[in-house]
Amino acid sequence: MTDTPKAPRWALWLPLALFLGFVVLVMIGLYHPADRNISSGLVGKAMPQFDLPPALPGRPGLDSKILANGKPHLVNVFASWCIPCRVEAPQLGELAKAGIPIEGISVRDTTENLQGFLEQNGDPFQRVGADDDGKVQLALGSSGVPETYVVDGKGTIVYQHIGEIRPEHLGLILEKLNEAKQ
Amino acid sequence: MKRVAFIALALVLVSPAAAQEEQSTAPYAYRQLDDAAKETKAQRLMESLRCLQCQGQSIADSDAPIAGSMRSLVRERIAAGEDPEAIRAWLIERYGDYVSYAPQFTTLTWPLFAVPAVLLLIAFLLLRRRFTRKPEDGQ
Amino acid sequence: MIAELGLAALWLAAALAGLQLVAGSLGLTVRGAVLGGAVRPVAMVQGLLALLAFACLIYVFSVTDLSVKLVALNSHSMKPLIFKIAGTWGNHEGSMLLWVTVMGMAGGVVALVERRLPERTMLATLAGQAFVSLGFYAFLLLASNPFERLSPVPAEGNGLNPLLQDLGLAFHPPTLYLGYVGLSIAFSFAIGALVTREVGPAFARAMRPWVLGAWIFLTVGISAGSYWAYYELGWGGWWFWDPVENASLMPWLAATALLHSCSVLASRNALRAWTVMLGVVAFSMSMIGTFLVRSGILTSVHAFAVDPQRGTFILALLAIYIGGALTLFGLRASTVTEGERFAIVSREGALVFNNVMLSAILGIVLFGTLYPLVAESMGAKVSVGPPYFNPMSALFAVPMLVVLAVGPLLRWRRDRFARIGRGLVIPAMLVAAAIIALLAIGGVALLPFLGLALAVGLGWASLLPLKGRNLRRTPLPIWGMVTAHFGIAVALFGMSSESAFSVEKLVAVKVGEITEVGPWGVKLDAVEPVAGPNWTALEARLLVRYGADGTVTRMLPQSRSFWAPPQQTSESALLTRWNGQLYAVLGGEAPAANGKDAASGPVSDDDGARWQLRLWWKPFVPLIWLGGMLIALGGALALAGHVLADLKRIVARGKIAYRRERQGR
Repeated sequence: MTDTPKAPRWALWLPLALFLGFVVLVMIGLYHPADRNISSGLVGKAMPQFDLPPALPGRPGLDSKILANGKPHLVNVFASWCIPCRVEAPQLGELAKAGIPIEGISVRDTTENLQGFLEQNGDPFQRVGADDDGKVQLALGSSGVPETYVVDGKGTIVYQHIGEIRPEHLGLILEKLNEAKQ
Repeated sequence: MKRVAFIALALVLVSPAAAQEEQSTAPYAYRQLDDAAKETKAQRLMESLRCLQCQGQSIADSDAPIAGSMRSLVRERIAAGEDPEAIRAWLIERYGDYVSYAPQFTTLTWPLFAVPAVLLLIAFLLLRRRFTRKPEDGQ
Repeated sequence: MIAELGLAALWLAAALAGLQLVAGSLGLTVRGAVLGGAVRPVAMVQGLLALLAFACLIYVFSVTDLSVKLVALNSHSMKPLIFKIAGTWGNHEGSMLLWVTVMGMAGGVVALVERRLPERTMLATLAGQAFVSLGFYAFLLLASNPFERLSPVPAEGNGLNPLLQDLGLAFHPPTLYLGYVGLSIAFSFAIGALVTREVGPAFARAMRPWVLGAWIFLTVGISAGSYWAYYELGWGGWWFWDPVENASLMPWLAATALLHSCSVLASRNALRAWTVMLGVVAFSMSMIGTFLVRSGILTSVHAFAVDPQRGTFILALLAIYIGGALTLFGLRASTVTEGERFAIVSREGALVFNNVMLSAILGIVLFGTLYPLVAESMGAKVSVGPPYFNPMSALFAVPMLVVLAVGPLLRWRRDRFARIGRGLVIPAMLVAAAIIALLAIGGVALLPFLGLALAVGLGWASLLPLKGRNLRRTPLPIWGMVTAHFGIAVALFGMSSESAFSVEKLVAVKVGEITEVGPWGVKLDAVEPVAGPNWTALEARLLVRYGADGTVTRMLPQSRSFWAPPQQTSESALLTRWNGQLYAVLGGEAPAANGKDAASGPVSDDDGARWQLRLWWKPFVPLIWLGGMLIALGGALALAGHVLADLKRIVARGKIAYRRERQGR
């Protein structure tokens, strides 16, 4: 009987090789887990143009032209229904006291709830724009609340802080603001 | 009137103490475009865009308010005549490749497109080797 | 008490698994051969003990024993009993216990009934099964103890995710697990065959019913899961290429290839290396799938609680088992000759081609599912979804379906196309007719177009093997093959039709308004509150009519609110006709036309609240799951056929032996 065909050598070891590749890949995934946050692609680029209506009576809305008036700003994307936003309220208050202008963008919110929120948690904002349809949040590349953007005097986004600002982050924020001044 | 009171009572019973995220006021979050061809284009694009706050759903399949905002953005822009790929590129500029379920052919994703080609090659090699040996008695 | 009993039973079962491994391995040696006799009884008792442990867990869930941590985290005293029981496996620890129970029971049944293979091979097989079980017992007992106690005992449980309080979903995990873990038998058989170099038709005949059984459960589990997602998630989608869905599809693809390979090996003594490799790959895919879901490295709607420590443990198990099996394969398979030879145009040839296609699809699904991890390791984020998986798998699925139509008609070993060409004229004409019809309808995308045309041809071609046969004497496995292949055509038709012809309508209507979707007229008659055992809901009463003169039927979609834990779900309403389904979902209350919310008082030009309705008309969509059930039915027919044939053989042998004895021979 002539020799029956055998499977080629490389084909026999291919599954094991693929499996080893899988193990390596997964170990990287387990031990160096990627950051789950989605960063904005606009860091280092110009702030998008927008002009939001006022979210609170007696307070101006937010026009992005303000952000290019020569002084660095903090833009805080928040909402009354956002629980971590309450956690960061004291830190924002401190930054406001230090003289840093903080502009607010409220996402998918109502005047009534906002007023309640600011009464309970303090009001560090100079202006608050109402982004009720969420479009400006999308234009910024923001994927959730709260997020804080450090914007330099020319309107360029220097840094995006995802999540609430905790006391240990204050140093970092001030550092980025200093960078923005240059 | 009794019915309204009942509904109100039921809603109050189940709403949590904190404020609720409002659905976006964007007009086209839950409304289709009047032009059927444009709505189809929009629907195809929405099925391939990822909801940013969900665990793994397209914006066409999600009740999350941010997905509603994104749907409205897509519909409004398509109604205005913008090309779906331009809208996708605008979103990718802001959120990276993560936001699109259709991987673009970039330096990062080329293996995804290479793998089917490699598999075709392996399949061909395996089958060729199996079949080119002539059977013992001629065919 | 019962919890401690369960834990004790689990420890005992683990100990017995260790004994099974030792006795089985030593039984292969010359000096330890006497230990071999212990292996079968030990395997049976191990299975029963694992079952006892699982029964104890079910008990503590059904009485809501809150002193058990698992019950406190996942159950609630107000849940209906059936969902309390289902809660047993609706969490990580409980489902892992289900995993080892099925492994143990399957091993026990094999030990009880399988006598066709040489005893050495059986010892190696049972030892392999024990080896794999040990790892999972260790994982359970050391890292995921289901019977852990909680002190102080809480007053009430945390409840179960309301999305899981659904009959369809309650029974989806056990079905899938019977499938996943049933494949472990094939894995163990493959190990046993490689170790003892016994890769031949007897091995395939022994393995085949197990593969069929597991495959049937997988098919049912995947179809049921898809149908559940369709009616529960409220957007009419039935497959998302979500990582967990892919984790169930990959073993199914491997098992389908294995099943066919196994049949070829059993009847024609060919495809030996393929069968053994697929036996290893199928269960490896089950284990990889389990790992991906439980380690939390991939984001998914299904994700269990994220735990990298557990992930590492399972990864270590995977490395040992899959790495070990594949190394064994690499070392031994070169000595396993391919068996009988055959020409390209032959049934074996068609099966090899389709095995390669199935494996390629498996490779694409695996790579696409893992690619986000590859990207993350390079610091970037990528999403891979339907726009990638659909075309890439179609690339290999389309040729596979064409060969599927033709293959069953070919003879074994060698055949000519000309011989079967005449039978294929009708299917070819049907395909042509479908193409013309679809071009005339217009606007159909490429993939659904191909799917519809192929489905029509395949549907007819799959019935051709019955032509010219005496139908009452046709063996059951042939009926099984025909039913399963026909089921594929049916499912393909449903999938393509849903993709090509679904009509969607999103409207905000007042009570009394009529809206249209496809051929249906839908009137919102009322919106009223209703209450259930652990939920309240707003229910819409829709009166729907098909065409201008159909009868009026009622549909009742609900928007449901649970309070423990607080969650909102939409219960869709479905109306099924022979030609499709009407799908209705009640959304929220729409803001009034001038932008103020409804609570701010009635507006003069817009009386009454507007309610959001989502309506779909999906032609032929039930065929998707009907096809799935037909595929499973085909498998069941084939399984019944093989088992009955085996029983007949055993009875006949018994009669022959008896007669011989009586005749003094």
